[in-house]
Amino acid sequence: MSSLPRPFDTSRIPRVDAVGIDERASALAKRSIKKASKIAGIKLAISMLDLTTLEGKDSEGKVRQLCQKAMRPLPGDPSVPHVAAVCVYPNLVAVAKDSLAGSGVKVASVASGFPAGLVPLAAKLDDTLLAVEAGADEIDMVIDRGAFLSGDYEKVASEILAIKDACRDAHLKVILETGELETYDNVRKASRLAMTYGADFIKTSTGKISPAATPGVVLVMLEAIRDFYFETGRRIGMKPAGGIKTSKQALHLLVLVKETVGDAWLTPDLFRIGASTVTNDLLMQLAKEASGRYQNEDYFTKD
Amino acid sequence: MATVKEEREARAEAIRHIEREKPALEFGSAWEYSPAPESRDHVRLEDRYGLFIGGKFVAPKSKNYFATINPATEEKLADVAEAGPADVDAAVRAAEDAYRKRWSKLKPADRGKYVYRIARILQEKSRELAVIESMDGGKPIKESRDVDVPLAVAHFFYHAGWADKLEYAFPRHAVSPIGVCGQIIPWNFPLLMAAWKIAPAISCGNTVILKPAETTPLTAMALAKVCEEADLPPGVVNILPGAGETGAAIVNHPRVKKIAFTGSTEVGKIIQRATAGTGKRLTLELGGKAANVIFEDAPIDQAVEGIINGIYFNQGHVCCAGSRLLVQESIADTVLAKLSDRIATLRMGDPLDKNTDVGAINSKMQLDKIRELVACGVEEGAELHQSSCPIPSKGYWFPPSFFTGVAQSHRIAREEIFGPVLAVMTFRTPEEAVEKANNIPYGLSAGVWTDKGSKIFQITSKMRAGVVWANTFNKFDPSSPFGGYKESGFGREGGVHGLRAYVALS
Repeated sequence: MSSLPRPFDTSRIPRVDAVGIDERASALAKRSIKKASKIAGIKLAISMLDLTTLEGKDSEGKVRQLCQKAMRPLPGDPSVPHVAAVCVYPNLVAVAKDSLAGSGVKVASVASGFPAGLVPLAAKLDDTLLAVEAGADEIDMVIDRGAFLSGDYEKVASEILAIKDACRDAHLKVILETGELETYDNVRKASRLAMTYGADFIKTSTGKISPAATPGVVLVMLEAIRDFYFETGRRIGMKPAGGIKTSKQALHLLVLVKETVGDAWLTPDLFRIGASTVTNDLLMQLAKEASGRYQNEDYFTKD
Repeated sequence: MATVKEEREARAEAIRHIEREKPALEFGSAWEYSPAPESRDHVRLEDRYGLFIGGKFVAPKSKNYFATINPATEEKLADVAEAGPADVDAAVRAAEDAYRKRWSKLKPADRGKYVYRIARILQEKSRELAVIESMDGGKPIKESRDVDVPLAVAHFFYHAGWADKLEYAFPRHAVSPIGVCGQIIPWNFPLLMAAWKIAPAISCGNTVILKPAETTPLTAMALAKVCEEADLPPGVVNILPGAGETGAAIVNHPRVKKIAFTGSTEVGKIIQRATAGTGKRLTLELGGKAANVIFEDAPIDQAVEGIINGIYFNQGHVCCAGSRLLVQESIADTVLAKLSDRIATLRMGDPLDKNTDVGAINSKMQLDKIRELVACGVEEGAELHQSSCPIPSKGYWFPPSFFTGVAQSHRIAREEIFGPVLAVMTFRTPEEAVEKANNIPYGLSAGVWTDKGSKIFQITSKMRAGVVWANTFNKFDPSSPFGGYKESGFGREGGVHGLRAYVALS
């Protein structure tokens, strides 16, 4: 017996040709982003960052420092925007919320038994509710990849539905963990599943599994978002996360967005970059554009 | 209570609202790419180029020079000598001398060393060659940099390897060269076509006279310099720029043993008539009107990329371009909507800009021909869809375009346009797709898109085309033979098959 309001229809999901996707993604990596477009792109990328710390050793002090960076990535230069959000474990949501009060930077929390997602639904819901009650604006949930790979789409879908419900007003990002799905066909199918059952954003990875946000995976997900938009009129957001370390990668992601789903997605409301180390590279490149020289890394704060 | 009229108006307003809200992608200027032109500083062009005969640049006996221009700016780049019949004769003599005294006597392994050396020098100069190619021909730098030049280099490397292994290519035969080969190449891939022609010919022990096209001679002249730098024995490669008359003088020269021609079917027919009964060997690589067939079970987004690559690559100046799109009716609307969105992202403009996707039309003459056929398509009742990209004020440009509502009988579905113009037709069953794909006098290439493996084999084996791509398009490799069926010519270039045109077997 299906508990879903509508069954998941896999028949209309287009297949993905892996060679073609990789070719297109790498062709877009060759866009030459220089001068004014580079400066604008870097600032746009900063405004889309979900500054993330998801370690077992995370503490209140660590999160407070990260929040300072999130609000003012480059102290002394007001033209550098604040990042989109800070992403932490549920226990640290309240700390982040407090640190970021009034700044416009959102608090995102991973929930639902992150990163494996192999806990009972009741625990996932508790996890989510705790984060929401502590003030999280956004919830980053993981799907049950075991269920997905074994073909139990109904389980995955009903969990997304239930967690979406528990999110109340918080935005829901659904992490597919593409590195474990392995094929582009699976990524496309999981994207569709997540969007159909309540995702406001789809997100590539937890950051705990490699490969993570490869250009090919990002392109497949953007194409799925595009098709979903044409069918339903709804714009779903996209969040690549994991392995994004350089400005070049970040700008490449913006190119993928610009040329696949268009201008409407070039906003933190619809595109996020989940990363932490990329921030300083973005700032360093920005300083290089201004001065013509690369600066010592000690001019940029490590938080 | 609302009147019927009020109700109707409310409904109409609701529909108008829905239509306004219809999902549409915007490809605007929220984040623009700044100009990123490739530098021309490292490129040195001469004001005037002579003919390359017997290892030297010489003034033409014809005393004629013609200007070669940059089609993106209409600026003159250089004057280039035009070879007349007396120049062709001098070149044939030089090539014969080189063949008899040096090249055919050289140990095959040593012959190979020269060809390897050419390949390496080309590779070292690849950036300069790419810039010259884009300036002279109008193609985007990303194509000359990533396709034309690397493939040209690959052809020399590949064929260099064959030089001392020909007996393995043709087991149980004694293999010998033919003699002087006359080679006439088109303007769409100037350096690459020169490589396709020269590399197998000289690797097999022949000497050559190459005529580049009159609108794009500059990379051929650069290749002549590379031959000089490689210390290639004088006369092994001779390069004679010129137009149709120069070509005719080469074709009709009695001591030229073999003609290889790439170009239009019309000229190909003239050459075949001219060489008939002369004992000259002939290979022709002529026009095409390839069908790109998209089945409903295709990977659709990648198929759309394949359509783009098939028809807008090199402004559609590609003999194997996928200029006829055959799309299954059940997915036609989806594919065309995606195609419209995709051409909106194509960037047309300065060929030297690294972000340019579509460059300039090669010449005024070609632009006129494209315009004429497009006007004819509109007149015949097909619906024209064009990218609204801005068109530069100087130079020769034609925006990426496609026609829907095309019938098999329209001229735009029959004739080679050789420009960025696609004719879209639909089909219902696989059999109909094959029939329509083959129902054309040409047979150079075709494409098939389906995620179903068995269908790929089933359909491709029925396509009467020299090259059939499955789930990709416009892929080339020196080890893969290329050539046509029917009015697309005969003979193969590349691979073991391509060597056959340049050897005598006994």
